[in-house]
Amino acid sequence: MKAIVNIFLKEGVLDPQGKAIHHALNAMNFEGVDDVRMGKQIVLKLSSTDKKEALKEVEKMAEDILANTVIEDYTIELF
Amino acid sequence: MKQVAILQFPGTNCDLDTQYAFEKLGCKTTIVWHKEKELPQNTELVVIAGGFSYGDYLRSGAIAGFSPIMDSVIEYANRGGKVLGICNGFQILTEVGLLPGALKRNINLHFISKFQTLKVVNNTNEFLQKCNKEEILNIPIAHADGNYYIDENGYKELEKNEQILVRYCDNRGKRAIVNGSVTSIAGICNKNKNVFGLMPHPERALEVVLGSTDGVKMLEGLIA
Repeated sequence: MKAIVNIFLKEGVLDPQGKAIHHALNAMNFEGVDDVRMGKQIVLKLSSTDKKEALKEVEKMAEDILANTVIEDYTIELF
Repeated sequence: MKQVAILQFPGTNCDLDTQYAFEKLGCKTTIVWHKEKELPQNTELVVIAGGFSYGDYLRSGAIAGFSPIMDSVIEYANRGGKVLGICNGFQILTEVGLLPGALKRNINLHFISKFQTLKVVNNTNEFLQKCNKEEILNIPIAHADGNYYIDENGYKELEKNEQILVRYCDNRGKRAIVNGSVTSIAGICNKNKNVFGLMPHPERALEVVLGSTDGVKMLEGLIA
């Protein structure tokens, strides 16, 4: 099974990298971009075949180390 | 003679400067490799030196926080032992939860390396006991992730408990925006005032020939 963990700065926490990308897009005349957030994606290959069990495990990984929940939110996709 | 333990992770690069600094001030120092499980007996101060532990992978300080030695550092701090984190050490202390808040990428995305004036906000703690309140210090900074973030409630707690140590300021003491930190915070301590973290490098400001000796009175507070 594969797990994809997406990590982004929380809404309301200023994202300097997203902001820089937004400025660049504007400078390149890409219009209609209201906001840019930059995050990271971590892909895990899991030996587990139990989806519920795997989700629980990956949630713990995200809480304990993959994300810093003081400033970041995360989402988990399993497939 | 005070016994100072200086942590060394893969990627730490200020361990020897820190060792030089504390020995110059008359301490006995031990460099402790991150794979050790115990701090040296009779440790009176733990210093987490600056650098780029684990190449700053994942987040600055995130992986170092799970090194074997950190369990005993956390236990040491929880028993009231004194811990100082400089730069990457500050990032590690926030990652393991010994200090509140987090350090984000600098607002201008640059690695900033220069002398910076700092204003002493509170001296009701051992670290800054030898500094005067509102005193301006000249200390080098060198970081990419020094943009201190804390939520509003957390910030109120810091203020109420006099946990803010130093803020970035200009030559006249007016707050300066250096890296985007909440209210220009450059360093804080925990509520019990035994765990200290700051982005600037006092260990690099001990010699006239290197531009400043203001680091002396900061570090001396911890070994008085």
